[in-house]
Amino acid sequence: MEYAIEMLNIRKEFPGIVANDNITIQLKKGEIHALLGENGAGKSTLMNVLFGLYQPEKGEIRVKDRKVNITNPNIANDLGIGMVHQHFMLVEPFTVTQNIVLGKEPTNKFGKIDIAKARKEIQELSDRYGLKVDPDSKISDISVGMQQRVEILKTLYRGAEVLIFDEPTAVLTPQEISELMEIMRSLVKEGKSIILITHKLKEIMEVCDRCTVIRKGKGIGTVNVSETNATELASLMVGREVHFKTEKKEAQPGENVLQIKNLYVKDSRKVDLVKGLDLEVKAGEIVGIAGVDGNGQSELIEAITGLAKTNSGSIRVNNKEISNFSPRKITESGVGHIPQDRHKYGLVLDYSIGENIVLQTYYKKPYSKAKVLNYKEIFRKAEDLIKEYDVRTPSVYTKARALSGGNQQKAIIGREVDRSPDLLIAAQPTRGLDVGAIESIHKKLIEERDKGKAILLISFELDEIMNVSDRVAVMFDGKIVANVKPEETNEQELGLLMAGSRVKAGERNQ
Amino acid sequence: MISNNKMFGILVPIISVLLGLIAGAIIMLGSGHNPIRGYVALWNGAFGDGYTLGETIRRTTPLILTGLAVAFAFKTGLFNIGAEGQVIIGWLAAVWVGLVIDAPMIIHLPLSVLAGAIAGGLWGFLPGILKAKLGVHEVIVTIMMNYIALFTTNEIIRSVLTDGKTTTESIPQTASLASAWLQGLTLYSRVHYGILIALFAAFLMWFIIERTTYGYELKAVGFNQHASNYSGMNVSKNIILSMVIAGAFAGLAGAMEGLGTYGSISVMSGFTNLGFDGIAVALLGSNHAFGIVIAALLFGALKEGAGEMPTTAGVPTELVDIIIALIIFFVASSYMIRWAILRFKKEEK
Ligand SMILES: Nc1ncnc2c1ncn2[C@@H]1O[C@H](COP(=O)(O)OP(=O)(O)OP(=O)(O)O)[C@@H](O)[C@H]1O
Ligand SMILES: [Mg+2]
Repeated sequence: MEYAIEMLNIRKEFPGIVANDNITIQLKKGEIHALLGENGAGKSTLMNVLFGLYQPEKGEIRVKDRKVNITNPNIANDLGIGMVHQHFMLVEPFTVTQNIVLGKEPTNKFGKIDIAKARKEIQELSDRYGLKVDPDSKISDISVGMQQRVEILKTLYRGAEVLIFDEPTAVLTPQEISELMEIMRSLVKEGKSIILITHKLKEIMEVCDRCTVIRKGKGIGTVNVSETNATELASLMVGREVHFKTEKKEAQPGENVLQIKNLYVKDSRKVDLVKGLDLEVKAGEIVGIAGVDGNGQSELIEAITGLAKTNSGSIRVNNKEISNFSPRKITESGVGHIPQDRHKYGLVLDYSIGENIVLQTYYKKPYSKAKVLNYKEIFRKAEDLIKEYDVRTPSVYTKARALSGGNQQKAIIGREVDRSPDLLIAAQPTRGLDVGAIESIHKKLIEERDKGKAILLISFELDEIMNVSDRVAVMFDGKIVANVKPEETNEQELGLLMAGSRVKAGERNQ
Repeated sequence: MISNNKMFGILVPIISVLLGLIAGAIIMLGSGHNPIRGYVALWNGAFGDGYTLGETIRRTTPLILTGLAVAFAFKTGLFNIGAEGQVIIGWLAAVWVGLVIDAPMIIHLPLSVLAGAIAGGLWGFLPGILKAKLGVHEVIVTIMMNYIALFTTNEIIRSVLTDGKTTTESIPQTASLASAWLQGLTLYSRVHYGILIALFAAFLMWFIIERTTYGYELKAVGFNQHASNYSGMNVSKNIILSMVIAGAFAGLAGAMEGLGTYGSISVMSGFTNLGFDGIAVALLGSNHAFGIVIAALLFGALKEGAGEMPTTAGVPTELVDIIIALIIFFVASSYMIRWAILRFKKEEK
C-alpha cells in the first residue's frame, strides 16, 4: 500500500520535555485521518514537524514512499503539504486574492503581478470545492469561518495534496462546522488527503476514516473509525474512563448576583448589538447563554466586564451598579472573566506562566508589597495552580507561548476560578480542551456554584450548555428571548428558539 | 526557550562587535593601513592613561542615560526617537536652573539635575499623551519634538539667557557636577560625578522594570494591550508613564552635559547625536540595563579612542564611525547571527 505521508518513529524534544516520543502516523491517500490526544499530548508539535517548522531529533518522514527531509515550510509546500493553522496567518487589510498569492505571486511576461489571473484561478478553486469565497473581499470584513476557508484556499493554490487541519472547528459555530465537514468531504473526493486534529469526538465519528491516538507524547495506536465509538476513543486517549455527562445536584439559587436591565450596547461599528436585554443570575446558579454567534453575546460579555461601554440600561453586581466602570473596578466588585479569545485577552504570551497567573492580582499582597513584586510568592502560587488544574508545562517559568493551546486555557481557567469571584463569566471555557479536561472544568464550575457563586456560561456547544447549566437563557438579536430549564427542553427546541422562533418562547415566558 | 533567549541576548551583541571590528580591520587593510597599529591606537586613545580613561567615562555617562531612555520606552512597545530632543531640553533646563538660582550646593545641585529630568520628562509626556489619547504615532511626534527642542533652545540661549551671545555664562560651583578630586585622578580630564548618577539610573531602570508592579504593567502593555486592559491595567496611563520616565532619563543625559562636562549651554548648529546614539546603545545592550552600561562604555571608548588613530596610526577617525555603523548593522541583522548560531549548534549534535 502506498501512503501519501508516513511519519515513522518521530521524536521531538523541547527544553525539559519530550513532546513527541517515537510516534508513527501513516496517512493513506484519499482518507481523512484524525489525530487525537489530550492537551499537550504533542499533536501540534507533530504536525509542525511535518510542515517543516520543527526539526525532529529522530525518525523518518516519507512522502509517497520516498524519504524526505523537510527543513522548512517551503519544502513542505513543494512536497504538496499544506497546513491550516489554528491561529490564522492573514494580512487583514489585504483582499482574499492578495492574501492567497502572497509569496507566490503570478507574473505576466513583463514581470508584473497578474492579479486578474490569480483571481480567476482562486474563483475556480473556490467553486470546485464549494468554498463560496469571494476573492475580492477584505480579510477584515469576513467572518472567522470564511477566513479559515481562505487559509484552505491558500494551501490549495500552492498545490497541496495533503492538508493538515489543526483544531479547525474550535473557532467555528455549529453551522460553520457542518459546512467545513462538507468541504473536507469534497476535498478527499477530489483525491486530497487530510489530517484532522480535533478534540470533538463527534466530528471524528462523523467524517474520519481512521484515527491515530497519542498520549503524553507517545503513540497509542491507530483505529478504524467504523470499528469504534466515542467512548472507546476517549478512554484510549485519556487512559481511563471518561464521563460525558457531569453529575450535579439540584441548584439552590439564592439572591441575585447579576442583574441586567434594559441594556443597550453598540459594537465597534456603532451598531446596536445588545438591544434592551434583561438577565439575572442568582447565587448558586449556572445560567447558560445559548445563541447563534453574532447575536450580541460578545458585546454583552464586554459590557459586563468593562471592556466595552454601554449605551443605556443598568448592570448590577451584588446590588451595586457597575456599568461603565473600569475593568479593574469591576474585577474588584467580584467579577471573574474567562475570555473567549485567550491569545488576545487571556494571556500575555511573552510572560511566564507564573506571571500570567497573577495577571489580575499582581498588585495585591502577597504578590507585591509597596509596589515591589514578590516573585517567590508568585511562582509558589503558580506551582499550586498548575498542579490543581493539571496545566502541563515544563515549569512555571516557561513562557505562556510555549504551552499547548489547551494548557494555556487551563491556566486561564485556574487563575479566574481560583479567585472564586461572586460572578464568574465563562465564555467558551472549554474551547480547545480535551474531553478529560472538559470534564474536570465542568466539575470546577459546578463546585463554584455549590459554594454559592453565580456563573454565566456562554458557549456555542449546545451539549455543554445543556449539561452544565441550571437554566438556559436563549439569546437572539440582542435580547434574551426565552428562559428554559435544560431538563425540560431538547436541542431541537433550543435550535428553534435560537433562530428566533417566538411561538415557543411566548409560551415559556408566561 | 528562556535560556536560549538570554543566551542570544548576550551572544549576538558580542559577535556583532567582533564582526564589526574584523570588518574594520579588513577596511584598514584594504586602504593600506596596519589594522593592529590602528586598534592599538584606538585602545590607547580610550584607556591609555588616566586622562583618556577619564574622557572615555565622560563620554559614556550621557550615552548610558540615552540608552536607558530608548530601552525603557521600548519595554512598553514604544519607539522613543525623541531622546535627542529630550537631551537638549534637559540640558537647557539644568543650566537655566543652575544659572538663575542662588542656593547652597546641597539644594542647588539636586535641583538643577532634577530640572533636567523634569524637562526631559515633559518632552516625553507630550508624545506619550498624544499616543495614548489620540493614537498619534510616537515616532512622528518625537521626531518633531526633536526639532522643536533644538530651535527653541537656541532661541532661548540667544534671547533669554544671554544678550544675543552663543554661549551662556558658566554655572556656579554650587550647581556643578565637576569634581576636582576625579579630575586630579585623571590628569585633568572632564570626568565628573555624573557617572554615578548614570549608573544609579541604570540600576533604577532594572529595578523598576524587573522588580516592581510598575514594570510588570509597563511590560505587559508593551506585549499585549488587550490583555493588559482585560486585567484592569490602565493602558493610556502606562504609555504616558513610560514616555515620561524615558524622557526623564534622556533629560538627565542633557543635565550631565550641562552641569558636568561643559558647565554651560551653547547654541547648537545641529543635533548632539547623544539621543540617536542612544538608540544604537539600547539595541546593542539588548534593552537591558546592564547591557546598556556595557554598550555605552564601548561606544564611549570607540568615540574617544578614535581621536588617537590619525595621529599615531594614520587611520582616519571616520573609520571608527564605519566600525560603529557595522556593529549596528550586525546587531540589527541579528536574525542572521541567530540563524548561524543555531546551525552551528545543530552540527555539533
Ligand atoms: N515552542 C515550544 N517550546 C517549548 N515547549 C513546547 C513548544 N511547543 C510545544 N511545547 C510543549 O510540547 C508539548 C506538546 O505541545 P503541543 O502543542 O504539541 O500539544 P497539543 O497536543 O497540540 O495540545 P493541545 O490540544 O492543547 O493543542 C507541550 O507540553 C508543550 O508545552
Ligand atoms: Mg495544539
